[in-house]
Amino acid sequence: MTPVKCYPSKPEKVYFFGTCLIDMFYPEAGLDAIRLLEREGIEVIFPEDQTCCGQPAHTSGYQSQCRAVALAQLDLFPDPWPIVVPSGSCGGMMSTHYPHLFAGTEHEARAKDVAGRVFELTEFLVHVCHLKLDDRGEPQKLAMHTSCSARREMGLAETGPALLAQLGQVELVEQARTAECCGFGGTFAVRHPEVSAAMVEDKTQAIEAAGAEHFVTSDCGCLMNIAGRFDHRKASVKGEHIASYLWRRTS
Amino acid sequence: MSVQSEPVQTFTPGEFHRQAHDALGNPQIRSNFRKAMDGLMAKRRDVFSDWDLEVLRDLGANIRMRALAKLPDLLEQLEANCQANGIRVHWAEDGDEACRIVGEICEARGAKAVIKGKSMVSEEMHLNEHLEAAGIEALESDLGEYLVQLNRQTPSHIIMPAIHLNTDEIADIMHDKTGIERTRDADAMTAAARLQLRKRFMNADVGVSGVNFAVAETGTLCLVENEGNGRMTTTVPPVHIAVTGIEKVVEHLRDVPPLYALLTRSATGQHVTTYFNMIGSPRKPGEHDGPEEVHLVLVDNGRSRIYQDDELLDTLRCIRCGACMNHCPVYTRVGGHTYGTTYPGPIGSILMPHIMGLEATKDLPTASSLCGACGEVCPVKIPIPDLLVRLRKESVGEGRGNVAGAGTKRSKKEAAAWKAFQWLATHPFVWRVGTSVAGKLRALTPSRLGVWTDYRTAPKPAGTTLHALVKRHQANKTHGEDR
Repeated sequence: MTPVKCYPSKPEKVYFFGTCLIDMFYPEAGLDAIRLLEREGIEVIFPEDQTCCGQPAHTSGYQSQCRAVALAQLDLFPDPWPIVVPSGSCGGMMSTHYPHLFAGTEHEARAKDVAGRVFELTEFLVHVCHLKLDDRGEPQKLAMHTSCSARREMGLAETGPALLAQLGQVELVEQARTAECCGFGGTFAVRHPEVSAAMVEDKTQAIEAAGAEHFVTSDCGCLMNIAGRFDHRKASVKGEHIASYLWRRTS
Repeated sequence: MSVQSEPVQTFTPGEFHRQAHDALGNPQIRSNFRKAMDGLMAKRRDVFSDWDLEVLRDLGANIRMRALAKLPDLLEQLEANCQANGIRVHWAEDGDEACRIVGEICEARGAKAVIKGKSMVSEEMHLNEHLEAAGIEALESDLGEYLVQLNRQTPSHIIMPAIHLNTDEIADIMHDKTGIERTRDADAMTAAARLQLRKRFMNADVGVSGVNFAVAETGTLCLVENEGNGRMTTTVPPVHIAVTGIEKVVEHLRDVPPLYALLTRSATGQHVTTYFNMIGSPRKPGEHDGPEEVHLVLVDNGRSRIYQDDELLDTLRCIRCGACMNHCPVYTRVGGHTYGTTYPGPIGSILMPHIMGLEATKDLPTASSLCGACGEVCPVKIPIPDLLVRLRKESVGEGRGNVAGAGTKRSKKEAAAWKAFQWLATHPFVWRVGTSVAGKLRALTPSRLGVWTDYRTAPKPAGTTLHALVKRHQANKTHGEDR
């Protein structure tokens, strides 16, 4: 059961943890997320020393490497502002796994404090900012893939679609097996490439079959996987991070 | 009709990748599993729609956790109460010992024919092979198990053992192996199998069944089934042997209804099963039917080792509903045989490493995208994704080292790569320079990245990092130039 979460009122400032995938491959998505937050009158602090939440090492079983990387991130958020993360998988890592990772160590209290302040971007926009959107884009049929970490680990199946529902010209189409994994799973895609490929093939087919012209995700791992598959088979459907989509259509 | 003519088709967890490749390329397997799993998921969703599922799952989890917390005491209580009821209790440390015990009971009765109800523990023990080697014929009486046995295969699902077969394939098996006239009519085939099995029940010397819940306070063995073969197996032959894992014990009779409600709904979307058997004792003086002897074989086979670890212990909560496999995107695509283990799918991947060791099962804990669907539907809230990660740690020697085969998957190359990752990610300046340089050199990024690019285009660094974009953005803001 997803625990009931109490949301704070809109803060003056937030920390932004951009995630390593956005840093390297989708920086515009990170900047668009920052712009969305700033438009709500929030000052966004971007700790320069941020690198990666440590999740790839965690899911690969390399516990000590993961802990060292996570520990380096714990130092980045000294003031009690919320920490906004534009990814359910990194957000889930920080909010769910950091406390376990440091349980029984001197860092436990700090890990719990950081974990309790982590919000996924769409979650923060919906529940804390109560974001209102005014769509200025063309009519479009859109599919959304909510990452499994956002959906199950963080319990956020509704926040992405809730934001998209505010875009008057956008028709959010329902794919078959919406809740099914796209097959990324971090190193899973490399360790079990054929199974992963079968999964992403089904995901792209479901998005196409739903009549979507475009898709968004709230996680760049899924984006890299699904868009990479569409691109590989030269399909017309393109994808982007939900932050970019929201910013583009409302700015 | 003989069920022992050809060797059994074998799969092994060591060949997971090859077996997955074969299954993925087999349209019949793909469509059989996809359709079956879609149907099962829909049925489960519908049947729970008017329940407060989370409350029921919490109750189920708590009942199982309470039973496990008291396991040693409950097992003693179960033994004492079973014995008081006239059920003979045997303890087996592993599968071989359990087979030996069953074999000895058969031998003492001069048994030649054993009829079996569905029992995954007997599959785990490889009981059929053992009995066959001793010259005793063991015939499966669950329809799915019967078909799988006729086809010289093993179950591909713990609840629906023949789920990998479609109607045409079943029609072939029934025609080729049992000699009935070829038909695709499921009712006709079922009726034919029923007739064939009915004779075998009557002639069987011993019936072997599993157990769903063993109730400590009453010494009652509960058996959940749909075909009536469980009742026949446990009542017609003069001897009934129930085999079960030691974790199947529950404390009270009142613990059974919630678990039963969760089990049938999670497994097949049924409100109730056609049969629910409560076995209390052998035939009593003056009674007209029932077996003369009832035996209970309590099988450990690695479970007490799992029990000693406070995290892995959660594995033993399982009530064997199979919902985790029905909802697993990997299982749905590769099917049960690909795993090469008695229990396939997510529960198999967290259980089998304890039974077979991590070296033999090294590809199972990683055969999951950690999407969490298994944990989300588990009726007793086993944190399956966390346990998969725990076993990944054990595989590479980063865990507690208390699982057989711990550390056997560690490679120097991979360990070095993660150490390099650690160094980079804990040296922010180097990280910034490195990611920035990678961006500048994006034209040089290979367009082929191993297996990734067999199916997808390669991701290219963006040219500018978020770190750099944010710096520029902040500078622009200061100068009021940002849009």
